[in-house]
Amino acid sequence: MNIEVTINGESHSIETEGHRRLLDVLREELGLVGTKEGCGEGECGACTVLINGEPVNSCLVPVGQIQGTTMTTIEGMADSDNLHIIQDTLVRYGGAQCGICTPGVALCAKWAVEKEPKASKERIRELLAGNICRCTGYQAIVDAVVAAQNSSEAGHE
Amino acid sequence: MSEFLAPKNLAEALADRAAHPEYIAVAGGTDYMVASKDRIAPPGIINLFGLSDLTEVSEVDGGALRIGACATYATLLGDARVAEKYPVLRDACREVGASQIQARGTLGGNIATSSPVGDSLPPLLALDATICVASTKGERRIAYEDFLVGYRKVDLAADELIVAIELPALAKGAKQHWRKVGTRRAQSISKVMMAAIAHLEDGKIADIRIALGAVADRTIRAKAAEAAVRGLAPGDDAAQKAVDALAGEITPIDDLRSNADYRLGVAQNLVRRFILSL
Repeated sequence: MNIEVTINGESHSIETEGHRRLLDVLREELGLVGTKEGCGEGECGACTVLINGEPVNSCLVPVGQIQGTTMTTIEGMADSDNLHIIQDTLVRYGGAQCGICTPGVALCAKWAVEKEPKASKERIRELLAGNICRCTGYQAIVDAVVAAQNSSEAGHE
Repeated sequence: MSEFLAPKNLAEALADRAAHPEYIAVAGGTDYMVASKDRIAPPGIINLFGLSDLTEVSEVDGGALRIGACATYATLLGDARVAEKYPVLRDACREVGASQIQARGTLGGNIATSSPVGDSLPPLLALDATICVASTKGERRIAYEDFLVGYRKVDLAADELIVAIELPALAKGAKQHWRKVGTRRAQSISKVMMAAIAHLEDGKIADIRIALGAVADRTIRAKAAEAAVRGLAPGDDAAQKAVDALAGEITPIDDLRSNADYRLGVAQNLVRRFILSL
């Protein structure tokens, strides 16, 4: 089937079979290898991307379902010169260790800050509960999200 | 070559279903796509996700709420009517997977998969939900309890799709309770879960419905426990009667997540606490 989709602001026309995992099409057809495969079962969140602004596990989406959507992957988070505020705070607060979970964490955190800009620390943990960090660096990740909330509030974004 | 059909409305979806009974109807994909990389391709997929005919949530006659089968958990969590009228369902949706699964998973998908550990299923059973199914030949309505016919089996013909779930209005003042027990609130597959609803009249339990997950081959109502306490005042005596009755009607198993003794003990504790909370 032919799939028309906008990814990171660019229009793509992809010829592939609709049952394939979105994750594989991103990595193998489009070369967007910033999206990582962790478990392949929807448990870990490493492969999180945003479809129409919502976080999804790309290992669980048959690619036919992205027809006509607008997507963001980790490659589309920063603009040409500047990191996205979440990327910036993840760097500053040490919210990344081995890095495998980081693209998924960054995208889910971007969604969380936009959806609930005043979420408490406890609520941030709930919104990000689908992103497993096996370095267990959760505290620094939460601190980075809080810093991004504060910075967005102050109009620094 | 595996075909991917993307019907634009319910009529097209039902025509596709009738024409291709061997194809897989996929909603959010959160069950179907798990570990799909190493499987052979399906003969075909009929995509139901996002079909506007199947995502609406609306109030219908008599105060019931009709939920389109492809409404996502995220949609339900954002719906004030669900939060106000059916907190037992809202609380269960909040503990299904996490944000990513909630953005994609649907109530109809959970019902169709019908895993004994489906988190949204005990609330639907306790709420006496009606399942609305359709084919090109017409519609059919069936009580959820009758729709559950076996281990991962529902009463759905090869040419039918689940189109909506209807939740009846509850008695005023009815108490609702949800509890999932697992290794972690998010993501983990439940060891035991309970959705319970009760309504008191003159200090006595007039109506009580207890639905349990992960303690039998399917989601079940604890009817012996319910019968044991109907007409009694809530308290230690009633709680003990329910707990004793429960032991005879559930059949939990040993598996990698838990064991039968633990599951029975937890189920009894959940029922006891609910009755003591009334």
